[in-house]
Amino acid sequence: MLEVGLDIQKIRKDFPILQRKVNGKPLVYLDNAATSQTPQQVIDVIVDYYHRYNANIHRGVHTLSQEATDAYEAARGKIQTHFNIAKAYEVILTSGTTHSINLVASGFTSLLKKGDEILVSAMEHHSNIVPWQMLCERTGGVLKVIPMNENGELVMGEFHKLLSDRTKLVFCNHVSNALGTVNPIEAIIEASHKVGAAVLIDGAQAAAHIKADMQALDVDFYTASAHKMCGPTGVGMLYGKEEWLKKLPPYQGGGEMIAEVTFEKTTYADLPHKFEAGTPNICGGIAFGAALDYLNGIGMEAIAQYESDLLEYATAQLLSIEGLRIYGTAEDKTSVISFNIEGIHPYDIGTILDKLGIAVRTGHHCAQPIMDFYGIPGTVRASFSFYNTKAEVDVLVEGVQRARNMLL
Amino acid sequence: MTIAEIQEEIVDEFSMFDDWMQRYEYMIELGKSLPLIEEQYKTEDNIIKGCQSKVWVHAELDADKLVFTADSDAIITKGIIAILIRAFSNQRPQDIIDSDTEFIDEIGLKEHLSPTRANGLVSMIKQLKLYAVAYQTQLN
Repeated sequence: MLEVGLDIQKIRKDFPILQRKVNGKPLVYLDNAATSQTPQQVIDVIVDYYHRYNANIHRGVHTLSQEATDAYEAARGKIQTHFNIAKAYEVILTSGTTHSINLVASGFTSLLKKGDEILVSAMEHHSNIVPWQMLCERTGGVLKVIPMNENGELVMGEFHKLLSDRTKLVFCNHVSNALGTVNPIEAIIEASHKVGAAVLIDGAQAAAHIKADMQALDVDFYTASAHKMCGPTGVGMLYGKEEWLKKLPPYQGGGEMIAEVTFEKTTYADLPHKFEAGTPNICGGIAFGAALDYLNGIGMEAIAQYESDLLEYATAQLLSIEGLRIYGTAEDKTSVISFNIEGIHPYDIGTILDKLGIAVRTGHHCAQPIMDFYGIPGTVRASFSFYNTKAEVDVLVEGVQRARNMLL
Repeated sequence: MTIAEIQEEIVDEFSMFDDWMQRYEYMIELGKSLPLIEEQYKTEDNIIKGCQSKVWVHAELDADKLVFTADSDAIITKGIIAILIRAFSNQRPQDIIDSDTEFIDEIGLKEHLSPTRANGLVSMIKQLKLYAVAYQTQLN
C-alpha cells in the first residue's frame, strides 16, 4: 500500500508500544486525541536525563544543575521556535492545557468586573468551560456560548452578534476534541480584538496536527499539552503575550516565582518565572522539546497531509457500514472520527473493539454539551496519528462491522 | 438454589465456550432477555454511578427474599447485570452480603472487575450488596 509522503514503516519502528499485542491481537492504537504515543527518541531523552543530569534547576551552582537548567531552557527555546513566539519568556511551562487555562482564568479574577462578558464556543472540552464558570462565579461575569450547527461548525454570524464592548474574553479550541472541527480562529481573534477582548485558544487537540504561528495569529493566549504531541504527560505550555502576562497576577506562590521575600512583602520574579512556582517537571519539559524535534524532523506539513489522506480514507470506509453516523462533518477537520451506529450504545462497540486489540475512546469525551446538542449519550471516537496506516483503518472497519453483527 | 450453586451453574455454562466471542455473544443474549425494570424505577436515584453506560437497579423484598430488577442502555452491560441478577436475586439479604464474586473471574470477565473499568461492574456488585445490607437491617 502506498503511504504518500512518509516512510510509515520506518516511523512505526520509532514507537516501541506499537509492537505490542492486546488481547492476543496486534495493537491498533486509535486514541491519539486522548494521548499520543512516545517515540524511542523521546524515551531516550527521558532516560538520559535521569541517567546523567537529574538536578534541580535555576538555583544550583553545581554542574548537574547547570546542565539541567540549560536543557530545560533549551526546551523552552524549542517551544518558542515551534510556535513562532516573539520572546522566550512568553512561554510558560505548565503541567498541561488544563493547568494553562486555569492559570489564565485565575489571573482574570482581578481584571473582570460584574457584568463583563466571556464568550466560549459550544464545542469546548470541560476543561475550557468549568474554569470560566468558576471565574464568572467569582467576579459576576456572564458566560455566553457561541452556538454550533449540525455539522459541528461554529455559527460565526451568531458569534459576531454576541460580541460587544462588554466582551472581555473569548475562549475557543483550535480543534474540537470530540468532533475534530478546526475552528476559524483567525476570524475569531480579529473580531474579538476589534471590541478589545482578549482571546485564549486551546490548542490541545490542534498542536499535533497544525503548527500554529503565535505572531501571525496575533492571539493573546494559546495552550498545548506535550502528551498529545509525542511527549510525556504532565507537561505543557501556555503562550501569553507579554503585555497580558505582565497584567496577570501570579497563579501560585512558592519557590522560583519570587524576586525577594520578607515577611512584610514579596516581590515577584520576572517572566516566565512569575508563573512557574516550585520545581517544575524538568524531565518532562526537556522531553517536550525532544518531542517537538521529533515532529519537526518528520515535518508538520507532511504529517498534516498524511493524516488528511487517512481521514478521508477512514471516513469513506466507515460510512460504508450500515447505520453508521459520523458526528462532526465540518469542512475543515483533523483526523478524528466520532461516530455511532443506530441502535447500539457506543460503550458496547468500544468493548468489542478492545477485545480485537483496537483502542478507541467511547463516552462523552469531556464535552457533554456537544453530546446534549446531538441528543446522544456519547460516541465512539477513532483518532488517527501519522503512525497509523490504512491497513489499521481496515482493521477498525472490520472490527466495527463485527461489533455491529454481534450487537444488533 | 443457593447463590454458590447458581454461580457454579453459570461457570459451567460459560466453560462450554472456546473463546471470548462466544462468551460475549452469550452475554449479549442474556442482556437481551433480561426482565426489564419497571419504567417508574428508572429514576436518577436508581442510577449506579461509575458506569459509562446508564445502569438502573431496583430492589424490593418479597417475604424474606430480595428481588432485583435492572436495565441499562448498553447491551453488554445489560448482559453483565443479567448474570449478577441471576446469581443474587431472589435470595435472602444476609446470603447476598455473605456471598463472594469470584465466579466473575472464572467466567472470563476478570477484566471487567478492575475498579477503574468504566463499565462499573464493581459499582454494580457494591450496589447490590448495599441494598442487601439496607434490607437486612429492615428485616432485623
